[in-house]
Amino acid sequence: MKTKLSAENLNISFANKQILKNVNVNFQENEITALIGPSGCGKSTLLRSLNRMHDLIPYADIQGLVKLEDINIYAKSIPVTEIRKRIGMVFQKANPFPKSIYENIAYGLRINNLPHDKTVIEKALTEAFLWDEVKDDLKMPAHRLSGGQQQRLCIARAVALRPEVILMDEPCSALDPVSTLKIEELILHLKQKYTIVIVTHNMQQAQRIADKTFFMYLGEVKESGNTKDIFENPKHEMTKNYISGIFG
Amino acid sequence: MQHKRFKLSSIIEWGSLTGTTLIVCFFLVVIILEIVFKGIGSMSWEFISSIPKEGMTKGGILTPIIGTVLITLITAAFAIPFGICCAIYLNEYAENNKLTRIIRAAIRNLSGVPSIIYGLFGLALFVQTLQLGTSLLAAGLTLGLLSLPYIITTTEEALMQIPNSTREAALAVGATKFETIKDIVIPSAVPGILTGVVLTLSRAAGETAPILFTGAAFYISDTNGYINQEFMALPYHLYMLSTQHQSIEEVRPIAYGTALVLILVVFLLNLSAFYIRYKFRKNEN
Repeated sequence: MKTKLSAENLNISFANKQILKNVNVNFQENEITALIGPSGCGKSTLLRSLNRMHDLIPYADIQGLVKLEDINIYAKSIPVTEIRKRIGMVFQKANPFPKSIYENIAYGLRINNLPHDKTVIEKALTEAFLWDEVKDDLKMPAHRLSGGQQQRLCIARAVALRPEVILMDEPCSALDPVSTLKIEELILHLKQKYTIVIVTHNMQQAQRIADKTFFMYLGEVKESGNTKDIFENPKHEMTKNYISGIFG
Repeated sequence: MQHKRFKLSSIIEWGSLTGTTLIVCFFLVVIILEIVFKGIGSMSWEFISSIPKEGMTKGGILTPIIGTVLITLITAAFAIPFGICCAIYLNEYAENNKLTRIIRAAIRNLSGVPSIIYGLFGLALFVQTLQLGTSLLAAGLTLGLLSLPYIITTTEEALMQIPNSTREAALAVGATKFETIKDIVIPSAVPGILTGVVLTLSRAAGETAPILFTGAAFYISDTNGYINQEFMALPYHLYMLSTQHQSIEEVRPIAYGTALVLILVVFLLNLSAFYIRYKFRKNEN
């Protein structure tokens, strides 16, 4: 197992309020890592720091190192667009572009000067388990798809760029159980090719799909390890209380 | 008893609101009917396609129609690019600090400045300082200035309607900030922006005060169309026919005809704004 993405001594504060405290984490290649913890613990902040989504927030202060293999992603010499191409992201609420299904995939490819002919689009949609449902309506506005389909389109959009890592911020929190199951199946399938980091509030989901689980509390990673160990033998009292639903 | 009192008060509440609305609508309908009935008599193809004749007591109003169309185009050419770019800067790039808040407040306040002040300013800046003379260009630029705050405000509001998650979606596939704005944000905001632009232009087309000092002419015998010369425009033509003409009674039908045409022009512009909105909404769903 090789470390694909890592954070070292990561401290993040927004307008002088410290959100992440000295976070040290490693994400292994071709593994799914779940970030769990109560609301406000810094899961999403950590996730978004991994592809520099905080760059546009003027009051965000980021100290420490985030490395993709051995590249410092915050290095001035690397364009942020290159980082985001290599580290894709799927958001909590499906946010397809207000364009056609086809264009939703083609746009990212075009701005990155990648080939964007129909075979590439088909491949991305197939990989996201969406092709069979939309192959006859590629020109249809993406907003007409169902919530679950939209989220799979967003995954296809990320996958199309052939990223190395895909970050997912509670991708199923707005979906019904059937769509959620489909996306989980998809995430497990994507693991073969990509390194996946997923934020989730759903304990069952973490157990179903994640290889590793990190429990966060008040901006710190309290416990990390194999999902099985975390859920069956939590070392910290707090982790135990959280996963058994005593607080959260 | 309690029940009855409740009923009475609700009738008063409902009645007062409905009553006010009816009074407002009444005056609106009276104004429109008055103009339509008195103006319809002088409406004909000849009226809108021939130039004023015999001291404007005969003939049509082609010259002021052309003038109004041209000045609206100049206003649009000046105010739309500047206004939209300014709004994009304010909403997408500018930090939310004290300075931008002051600038934003100043822009909102500018839209409340009486239009005659813009006329005076246009006279000082464009006509005199920049030596443009009283001309179509000077008046168009003055109307452009008047339109800017409206276009900036409506465009900014349209941009604010676009959720941040849409911007993040584009950034996450490796788009630069500029690409995000150009390819994703602006296209989504187009219906709102266009509606604001068209409504602003329809307001500008009906303005009299700003063009009064800056280029509108009492009468010109030639057809309009020279950017460096004076021009006739519908609102000023109407003002002149109804207050300044030597035989006001005689030209009254022409004045009402002009008013009707002006209202129709503004109405058509507004209608196109609604159409644009409708069309985009249909495309989205």
